[in-house]
Amino acid sequence: MSTAIERHLYDVVVIGAGGAGLRAAIEARLAGKRTAIISKSLFGKAHTVMAEGGAAAAMGNANSRDNWMVHFRDTMRGGKFLNNFRMAELHAKEAPERIWELETYGALFDRTKDGKISQRNFGGHEYPRLAHVGDRTGLELIRTLQQKIVSLQQEDYAETGNYESRIRVFQETTVTELLLDGDRVAGAFGYYRESGEFVLFEAPAVVLATGGVGRSYKVTSNSWEYTGDGHALALRAGATLINMEFLQFHPTGMVWPPSVKGILVTESVRGDGGVLRNSEGKRFMFDYVPDVFRKQYAETEEEADRWYTDPDNNRRPPELLPRDEVARAINSEVKAGRGSPAGGVFLDIASRMPAEQIIRRLPSMHHQFKELADVDITKEPMEVGPTCHYVMGGVEVEPDTGAAFGRVQGLFAAGEVSGGMHGSNRLGGNSLSDLLVFGKRAGEHASAYVDTLPARPKPAKVDVAAAVEVALAPLVRTGGENPYTLQQDLQVVMGDLVGIIRREGELTDALKRLQELRVRVANVSSDGGRRYNPGWHLALDLRNMLVVSECTAKAALEREESRGGHTREDFPKMSPQWRRVNLVCSVDEAGEVHLDRKPVPRMRDELLSLFERSELTKYMTDEELSELEAE
Amino acid sequence: MKRHFRVWRGDASGGDLRDFDVEVNEGEVVLDIIHRLQATQTPDLACRWNCKAGKCGSCSMEINGKPRLGCMTRMSTFTEDETITITPIRTFPVIRDLVTDVSFNYEKARETPAFAPPPGLAPGEYRMQQVDVERSQEFRKCIECFLCQNTCHVIRDHDENKPAFSGPRNFIRAAELDMHPLDDRTDRKEFAQASQGLGYCNITKCCTEVCPEHIKITDNAIIPMKERVVDRRYDPLVWLGRKIFRRDQLESAENMAPSTTVGVAGTSGGTTLGASGVPHSSVRLPESAPIGPDGRMDVAELLAPQQGGLSPFGEDISFPLPPEYITYTHPERDKNQ
Repeated sequence: MSTAIERHLYDVVVIGAGGAGLRAAIEARLAGKRTAIISKSLFGKAHTVMAEGGAAAAMGNANSRDNWMVHFRDTMRGGKFLNNFRMAELHAKEAPERIWELETYGALFDRTKDGKISQRNFGGHEYPRLAHVGDRTGLELIRTLQQKIVSLQQEDYAETGNYESRIRVFQETTVTELLLDGDRVAGAFGYYRESGEFVLFEAPAVVLATGGVGRSYKVTSNSWEYTGDGHALALRAGATLINMEFLQFHPTGMVWPPSVKGILVTESVRGDGGVLRNSEGKRFMFDYVPDVFRKQYAETEEEADRWYTDPDNNRRPPELLPRDEVARAINSEVKAGRGSPAGGVFLDIASRMPAEQIIRRLPSMHHQFKELADVDITKEPMEVGPTCHYVMGGVEVEPDTGAAFGRVQGLFAAGEVSGGMHGSNRLGGNSLSDLLVFGKRAGEHASAYVDTLPARPKPAKVDVAAAVEVALAPLVRTGGENPYTLQQDLQVVMGDLVGIIRREGELTDALKRLQELRVRVANVSSDGGRRYNPGWHLALDLRNMLVVSECTAKAALEREESRGGHTREDFPKMSPQWRRVNLVCSVDEAGEVHLDRKPVPRMRDELLSLFERSELTKYMTDEELSELEAE
Repeated sequence: MKRHFRVWRGDASGGDLRDFDVEVNEGEVVLDIIHRLQATQTPDLACRWNCKAGKCGSCSMEINGKPRLGCMTRMSTFTEDETITITPIRTFPVIRDLVTDVSFNYEKARETPAFAPPPGLAPGEYRMQQVDVERSQEFRKCIECFLCQNTCHVIRDHDENKPAFSGPRNFIRAAELDMHPLDDRTDRKEFAQASQGLGYCNITKCCTEVCPEHIKITDNAIIPMKERVVDRRYDPLVWLGRKIFRRDQLESAENMAPSTTVGVAGTSGGTTLGASGVPHSSVRLPESAPIGPDGRMDVAELLAPQQGGLSPFGEDISFPLPPEYITYTHPERDKNQ
């Protein structure tokens, strides 16, 4: 094996080939930029395929009263008012256009009777809002974007005789380092997983679209790719992360049998009538409706059951509370000793509707459990519990452009890797629309940024040499620790000490253990050569997982309140003071994580006026409220 | 409990089956075992995987010779003393261990013309009925695991056919676009025949059998496309008609006969002639889609007695047909011609 480095020149390099990455790449190519898409997996295998429920967009097809303002309100409520209001606003306004655009790429959503895109109910959304394709919406989205890229390549082929003249997908390629020229992005360095050979992309603009961090947790619905690469690359390049303490634990992941552990049971099971019961058979969610939601949710089983057929005259069943509330409720039931044998609760749809109706409404759910676990959801209840699912925190970005804050220029982020949009908790269905809205914006603004540059930044030779050395270290070292053992240890620390319910003592302990792990990870080694060696790949990913985990633990220790995806047992209440604070992480030259407090931007008045004052009192400080009064 | 596994290890230059004894717990799938192997015995064992939920189609492999997804193969489907042999999918060149070079599939996909948006319709103005999109939606369930491509005997062990043959995955893509209510191109079938090598397929249904999404590749995509692409000039019945009728008879015979498909469809067979001299045809009458009381088609193939929509040849026929069912006999050449 040589240390020869293959070089490529591009205008925009998109790291990540999920929904956000592909959408950004399409936009960059449409803006006339030479674009590279870098994917850790094969083209079209991205984690986006796991999204089942749908993409939220206020098109008003199912209920004409829906509009972007209602969607904006729901998003802010779901995120407990910590969202970056501008992102939530852009998202709500632009999501319908982005969905309609997919139809022109060939997407086939389920339809309403009058031939429009059908929309379904989902937790936290006031009206039926999720455009969907059965329960495989994520797959439809990825395939559509993938095929759009192919169609752009065909156009380029017709014009230039080369499919890859303007947009190229680098499959099974991992980026390990971003390269800078001063404070400007100059490129990305990585390796082909297949051959282990190194590759250098020289590009003035990089869009991060690498997804989340779930692989640092024991029970997770995320795939191996979710190692926080983008988060770590951004940190090391001088950008900042916000709100890393907010992780969404999907309330209903399978806990039994092991072959499906962590796999999600889509929220539409509850939207369509599924209910949660404890080991005593009690439908316990009625006991867990928080005050802020009391008015919108049913108080009796009878009213809740009527809602499925008559949503206009009845209040919603409490099973459809936002995800964090449901996850906490399940956690409390299990801790109180009323859990299922495998440590979850029961999700029952079998006794609620006839088998054929279940199969028709939830075909791939039924199919998946039948094939993967030999569980028939039309006959028996499922055993479910909270699963690490999504990280709300991420790269701190400028809302309109997706450009990363911090000292670096030319770095953009979109999708799960970016932070702010979802506040402390993401509503189901807002992820797929987030990908499209901010993927497009990031691609567009990365291209515009390239045009403003007087000269292309150049990566420094020493930086490349350093990156090579770091990448080869685990292979060169002998007798170091096994990467798989280290990953398991990290998962234990994060799962047990920085999990769904957090305490000061445990968080301090976690930080100490993460420091110990850091020493051990610095000494990791892997056998085998460079050719498709998963042990080596994991050894390199560990470094990223570790620094991102440290940010999460630090921020979780700092934020002394409970809000959305962050629950402190020692501070169980939501605090209006803390709502004004974003926690921002950065990394210094020595690789140490620093945490700063930054004020949450104040919402514009016309947006504030969308909320009733009585609602704002639940979130805002007296000081803020009297300010409002004065106006 | 420890179970015995044989896993192929090696690369393009060669390799062999290695023996492993691995702990297996209740409720696990083959991919769980591969992960345990990586974590405990062979950290560099190469294997693709992503979602571990049968949704991404990455972990395609051959388990005891059968093309399968590792994440969808439960250990409980094997007997306790059974040795489980895991090999890479065979149709594509090995990179390392269980990882193969599947770029063939992406190249072929790139040669298939993309969706052509209808001119004059702005985004947001698309109107389609559920029954109309469901036919294409069946094919859009494809997770691109390429097991159909792997099992297809046209290219399995026949590299020489690869340049001319796109494979089942791309046939359903062509069919999907053909059935798309708003696709602006009208030559999808002709393209499949002329450029994708649809003619190589002799409908042995192996692709349908291995599809983890239970897409009825053969019945719902390939056969309908073949059926409609078969021009009269290729139809042996019509060819026969040309030989035995005078030209003035021929016109009416051609006009009267329903579209004739012979061989695979044949029950009564068209070679017997009726009193009028017009060939009988047993061609199935057109059937409408099975619509439920709610005005929608069943989305779930699992609900119906069979997967997907109905076969154009009726539900009681499976392929290949036994030879005695095929009434077509090859005509003798007229020596005077």
